[in-house]
Amino acid sequence: MFRNQYDTDVTTWSPTGRLFQVEYSMEAVKQGSAAIGLRSKTHVVLACVNKANSELSSHQKKIFKVDDHIGVAIAGLTADGRVLSRYMRSEAINHSFTYESPLPVGRLVVQLADKAQVCTQRSWKRPYGVGLLVGGLDESGAHLYYNCPSGNYFEYQAFAIGSRSQAAKTYLERRFENFTNSSREDLIKDALIATRETLQGEKLKSSICTVSVVGVGEPFHILDQETVQQLIDTFELVTEEEPPAPEPSSEPAAADQGGAEQAAGAEQGAAPDEGVAPMDI
Amino acid sequence: MESNQSNQHNSLLASEADSQRTLYPYVTGTSVVAIKYPYVTGTSVVAIKYKDGILMASDMGGSYGSTLRYKSVERIKPVGKHSLLGASGEISDFQEILRYLDELILYDNMWDDGNSLGPKEVHSYLTRVMYNRRNKFNPLWNSLILGGVKNGHKYLGMVSMIGVNFEDDHVATGFGNHLARPILRDEWHENLSFEDGVKLLEKCMRVLLYRDRSAINKLQIAKITEEGVTVSQPYSLKTFWGFSAFQNPTVGAEGSW
Repeated sequence: MFRNQYDTDVTTWSPTGRLFQVEYSMEAVKQGSAAIGLRSKTHVVLACVNKANSELSSHQKKIFKVDDHIGVAIAGLTADGRVLSRYMRSEAINHSFTYESPLPVGRLVVQLADKAQVCTQRSWKRPYGVGLLVGGLDESGAHLYYNCPSGNYFEYQAFAIGSRSQAAKTYLERRFENFTNSSREDLIKDALIATRETLQGEKLKSSICTVSVVGVGEPFHILDQETVQQLIDTFELVTEEEPPAPEPSSEPAAADQGGAEQAAGAEQGAAPDEGVAPMDI
Repeated sequence: MESNQSNQHNSLLASEADSQRTLYPYVTGTSVVAIKYPYVTGTSVVAIKYKDGILMASDMGGSYGSTLRYKSVERIKPVGKHSLLGASGEISDFQEILRYLDELILYDNMWDDGNSLGPKEVHSYLTRVMYNRRNKFNPLWNSLILGGVKNGHKYLGMVSMIGVNFEDDHVATGFGNHLARPILRDEWHENLSFEDGVKLLEKCMRVLLYRDRSAINKLQIAKITEEGVTVSQPYSLKTFWGFSAFQNPTVGAEGSW
């Protein structure tokens, strides 16, 4: 009858040291369609899968330009993602107004994380239900960060979030060591392949994905659909579609022993830290 | 009743500290504005780009009106690792600006992320501060020179009391604009060595000493390069007052005494 006494508000600890509401918000990220980011020394590529809500609707935008040197890809509650993107845009523009120089990516990410953290410590608030992949370029080179609803943030060489992102992560984990010296084109190719991995057999088309790039001498921009389709065609990503099937890919393993009604949609395995509070993802 | 009214004036546009330098209230439409004037002022600052960075010179006088009241005012200060700030005008306003900058640099360092504000950023920040204060009809009464080097880029610029700002290869405030910059236009070039740069600045400072009545013969020269900032000890210039033009300066100037 009382499934879980400890998940009625964000600020309540469970006896096992967990904050269930925060964990639920991180589940929301996994429900959203996938977003992928990877970087080389000079470029960051952000890509995402676009899922239309119904046959009759168009899909929602999941990649946003923050400034000439920063862009963001989101997974989870799109509405929350837009609010945070607007916040980031305003921080970036205020910085360039005052200092006439671009806001360092790492600093924006910390401010964003602090904003998300406040929501985990106020009983009358709710955490944001969105994960953000923040890609950008500054004095110290190209950066890719993941911002989590829990207020944690991490810097990555390559990362994927959202539904079936484990398949993309597996692909990226196999290849990320070469990314540092990758060309822009190779990064885009890897982004498209990683995106395809999350599709589970569905055909990769420019109509269901968005790709964006930022890099040295190249302000952040979203590639237009024709360009993406051309890239898909030239890389012949579609023909390879069947062969590379032998993937350990995603087994739905929503084995969370802590209880909670776990709206287990399309989950990916989290084998190493089962039962541990997943604060670090 | 009367005090109530003056409080209202203060809360409108100015804080109570401002009243120190208030001359008389000035009425524009519905609001009353305090007109301010400077008390203790410093005169020109001159700065140039040279081969390895920026050189800046200023004397150490502080004038109380036209009285040369203070003789050891440092008007050139380092800001962070990459910048050098020189100021003429109201000394206390300069000290206030330095407080802002100390806080700015402190908070910048607290990020501890390898990023730091360069001279361009500090210059832009100062422009915003100066223009913002003039919009409150309460300007910081200074001309500022901001020089620095970061990542191999030399930077030299100015901000005026009302927020007008620009960059140049050589700049000067106040009287320096009239007396030093013509010299710099003739003699400055991109590849000045440190020694030649100092000589050129001393030439400017000597002319200013002769012709600007608020200048004093105690000055500092500061250098900023990729390696860092050094501000010299105060020193004096050799002068020669026996020029015939100095003997009877008003001869031929009819109507003067």
